[in-house]
Amino acid sequence: MTTNAQNQAKAVALISGGLDSMLAARVVKDQGVHVEGLNFFTGFCVEGHTHAIRNHDRKRPKRNNALWVAEQLGIKLHIIDVIEEYKDVVINPRHGYGANLNPCLDCKSFMVGKARQWMQAHGFDFIVTGEVVGQRPMSQRRETFPVVQRESGAGDLLLRPLCAKLQSPTAAERNGWVDRQSLYDFSGRSRKPQMALAAALGIEDYAQPAGGCCFLTDATYSRKLNDLWQSRGKKTYELDDIMLLKVGRHIRPRPHFKLIIARDAGETNYLQGYRHRFSHLTMTSHNGPLTLIEGDINESEMALAARIAARFGQGRDANRVTFDAVLGRGDPVPLCIQPLPSSEIPAQWYV
Amino acid sequence: MSRYILDARNLLCPMPVIRTQDRVKALNTGDILEVQCTDPGALNDIPAWCRVHGHEVMATNEDAEGVVVILRVTTSTPT
Repeated sequence: MTTNAQNQAKAVALISGGLDSMLAARVVKDQGVHVEGLNFFTGFCVEGHTHAIRNHDRKRPKRNNALWVAEQLGIKLHIIDVIEEYKDVVINPRHGYGANLNPCLDCKSFMVGKARQWMQAHGFDFIVTGEVVGQRPMSQRRETFPVVQRESGAGDLLLRPLCAKLQSPTAAERNGWVDRQSLYDFSGRSRKPQMALAAALGIEDYAQPAGGCCFLTDATYSRKLNDLWQSRGKKTYELDDIMLLKVGRHIRPRPHFKLIIARDAGETNYLQGYRHRFSHLTMTSHNGPLTLIEGDINESEMALAARIAARFGQGRDANRVTFDAVLGRGDPVPLCIQPLPSSEIPAQWYV
Repeated sequence: MSRYILDARNLLCPMPVIRTQDRVKALNTGDILEVQCTDPGALNDIPAWCRVHGHEVMATNEDAEGVVVILRVTTSTPT
């Protein structure tokens, strides 16, 4: 392996913050390769956002796992904003969706493709991922590995160190940038080989293996996104749309509007930042959450929204609950209503 | 050496880190950047980003207004 700095091979590693990508980068770095990490922010990343918003999550230790991994490995990490480009992956996946709205195969090709562009722009030699053949039902299968190589344009500049011995030799092996014999032959869904390797390398702390890192794999979140698209009659979104899907209860009593009701003080605080863009309800007679209303509504529909929102405050059993109601960009108007009985909120209203 | 302020308030992580990263690319060694945030996660994430890229964290502060991280660009970042 080359160790002279001038001749040292350079690899860019996709770093998710999970164990597999950490191990892959470490294995290659241990062979004397200069490794730097890339982490892509799509807007759907679970990382961080719920920590920042919800009360109970804010009490948990907070760290960006990708940055933490980079620090443990002693490599640079570049976090890339791909929000705009990623929309096409989510909206028009060539290979379709997984169990929910997760376009995993398209996503992997997209990210490896972005890594290829970065590699070429920065004079690096090859790309490293933590993929393991057979690990994921959609994107990490023997049949899909060549698809990622082809559609990303990476070809055999893509090295998967954890299962390289089960693949044909890549450029990194053929050129002697890495020693194939020191790579691995992991396969299948078991995490035991990765955990054993982590232990052998002295890695004791890592993010929980196989944990979802993307909201698109979550059934509830996917249902909300689908509802958003159906209500608009087209598959589009902006960053604020997909952020708001992570927050609050979403209740759609009519096709043309829905309520976003904060679940705790942290979410109310977060939604405050959006209230100037939405009709909204602030409970004044009792403690209760802020409610945003997405969609154009009239005064009668505002009253219905208030009756629903009243169910989620401390006045749910009171005869009357009062709100400051803001319709569109208007001024706050007192609105006194009777809370809707829970029996009159059909389950199908909950998105 | 110059001092700059980056307003990353009302952004959730990792956006404050991304904005910091992009801003630092345009600065020179020795420049000081004060990053203002509201996401408490920035208090950990921006210093972590500084450590992996070799920049100096001069000070951090968290109060009711949010989080402030002051860093000094100590190395050029060719990549």
